[in-house]
Amino acid sequence: MTAQLKLDAKASAAGGQPLTQKGESLWKDALRRLIRNRAAVIGGIMILILYFFAIFAGVLAPYSYEKQTLTDQNKVPQWLINVFPTMKPYAQVSENYLMGADYVGRDLFSRIVYGARVSLTVALIGPFISLLIGVTYGSISGFFGGRVDNIMMRLVDVLYAFPSLLFIILLMAFFRSTFSKPDPGTFSYALSQADARLGGMLFIFIGIGLTAWETMARLTRGQVLSVREKEFIEAARTIGATNWRIMFRHILPNIVGPLVVAETLAIPGYISTEAFLSFIGLGVNPPTPSWGAMISDGAQVVRTYPNQTLFPALALAITMFAFNFLGDGLRDALDPRLRGTQ
Amino acid sequence: MTSPEVLLRVDRLVKHFPITRGILIQRQIGAVHAVDDVSFVIYKGETLGLVGESGCGKSTTGRTILQLYRPTSGSVFFEGRDLAKLSGEELRKTRRRMQMIFQDPYASLNPRMTVGEIIGEPMLIHNTYSGKARQERVEYLLKMVGLSPAFANRYPHEFSGGQRQRIGVARALALEPSLIVCDEPISALDVSIQAQVVNLLEDLQRELGLTYLFIAHDLSMVRHISNRVAVMYLGIIAELADRLELYENPLHPYTQALLSAVPIPDPIAEEKRQRIILQGDVPSPVNPPSGCRFRTRCPIAQAICAEVKPEFREVKPHHWVACHMV
Repeated sequence: MTAQLKLDAKASAAGGQPLTQKGESLWKDALRRLIRNRAAVIGGIMILILYFFAIFAGVLAPYSYEKQTLTDQNKVPQWLINVFPTMKPYAQVSENYLMGADYVGRDLFSRIVYGARVSLTVALIGPFISLLIGVTYGSISGFFGGRVDNIMMRLVDVLYAFPSLLFIILLMAFFRSTFSKPDPGTFSYALSQADARLGGMLFIFIGIGLTAWETMARLTRGQVLSVREKEFIEAARTIGATNWRIMFRHILPNIVGPLVVAETLAIPGYISTEAFLSFIGLGVNPPTPSWGAMISDGAQVVRTYPNQTLFPALALAITMFAFNFLGDGLRDALDPRLRGTQ
Repeated sequence: MTSPEVLLRVDRLVKHFPITRGILIQRQIGAVHAVDDVSFVIYKGETLGLVGESGCGKSTTGRTILQLYRPTSGSVFFEGRDLAKLSGEELRKTRRRMQMIFQDPYASLNPRMTVGEIIGEPMLIHNTYSGKARQERVEYLLKMVGLSPAFANRYPHEFSGGQRQRIGVARALALEPSLIVCDEPISALDVSIQAQVVNLLEDLQRELGLTYLFIAHDLSMVRHISNRVAVMYLGIIAELADRLELYENPLHPYTQALLSAVPIPDPIAEEKRQRIILQGDVPSPVNPPSGCRFRTRCPIAQAICAEVKPEFREVKPHHWVACHMV
């Protein structure tokens, strides 16, 4: 064969004869394209920095997130007055707070740093739950097909038709109702206790997890269906591969790309759901800082102290942008149809 | 071939694909008669060519023999066992002895696995070779199909169509099968590469004593590689004969029409070639014609053809035809 001869010639021209040639996998190829994408790299670095802040909040934040100094209510540093000159007539200046203090005298910067913990935990747990349930459900549905698929997908259709935000709100209202506290010893009581201990994050996870997997299940099913018909799956059957092997060795590696992309692009949605719930008072419990709750607090005084809304909103926007950039970059890198472009 | 040993006997094989309608409760409203009552044998060491136009059920026949599709009825006797009755683990073990080479070399290799993993996987699954021995055998197989053993760590997308098809052949050989179903193995390749792959298949057959079921629609290629040739039309076998007999002396009107379409690489002879142009299209396999499947387009059809299904009978030694008029 000519190709072989050419390769042999190349090998001998290089002076040696490498017995094995390292091929380049599609993953490596995708990684290379991802690294070449500036926006994605910036997004990725921003996410790393945000996680760094969240993990080391105890060290990086100058104050505790709950320490109230009632004499310092709404104080702002001088540089903010320069930015917002309308504040000059009434604002009290204190250089102790980088971004100012809130309505009970808590340091805004420290609360934003601690608030990253909530948003970024949601950014981890959301995909984890929705991938775990959605991919399992979708692969079973797509792989076995036929009647199983039909029934499983109609169930998803029914759940999908139910407004997920309303569902989460009902969930919160039910478990956190102060009028009808669940009796000690019951399951709902245990859930409420766990939720209270996590600062109100448990039901956010449950709420997001219970609704977000549906999209994932549909996507996974569609991907499995399309890969399942490829000839290499038939080839795997002729060599006697079991269903497990076909699923994990042949189908899943070929659909991971679109799943990762979809999930990364869904993360801003999870973050904004959490922020929205906290904004309307159904998210984390005070005093746990969450950007959504802080925006809500700041909104009360947005005309007089815009900094109290602006900074948490900026933090939220930057985080969502970072995940979007990374997601877009991943899509460009992993989508084979875009190969060769750019 | 004198007193040949039968390797595979296909007996009244039927494969229907159901057509269903309904959202939750699905009713069957019909069936695609992809393969309808097909019987033939394949002798050890021979190549049986299976030709026919697209959609006539050639590939379905091959896949049903390998139990990639389970037959609706009929049996497939392979090395003394009825494959149609095997299931689960037993069937999985029997797959060692029969392999397949696929049409599309771009779709038949998992893009996420290295060539070494692809060729080694059958041996891993059936535990025939392990560790170093498997690696050595992968290299041996690569050499056997004319590729460099150094390719084992590379990925399918780094190869051309012909090279990929060779990888597919190496995978099929990994388990030392006795029967290989070649499902249009060359129709997706460039003409210059086709000859290379066909020669490779012939060499391997000679060296390893393989038996091929060679599915194709390229009549001259089938003539080149086959010992015997079966012609399929709309789910049935119209004619089956030794290669020379079939090409020189076709009896079924469909075979005659099919062969008249082959161009002759000689301008003078080509001038005189008489084409038999069939009228109309192939009828739908959902609702095939009564009696003889070919009667709607047959130039010599009579009243009996619409009523009685012609028997597939041996009109001359080793020459089988399903036609009333022969």
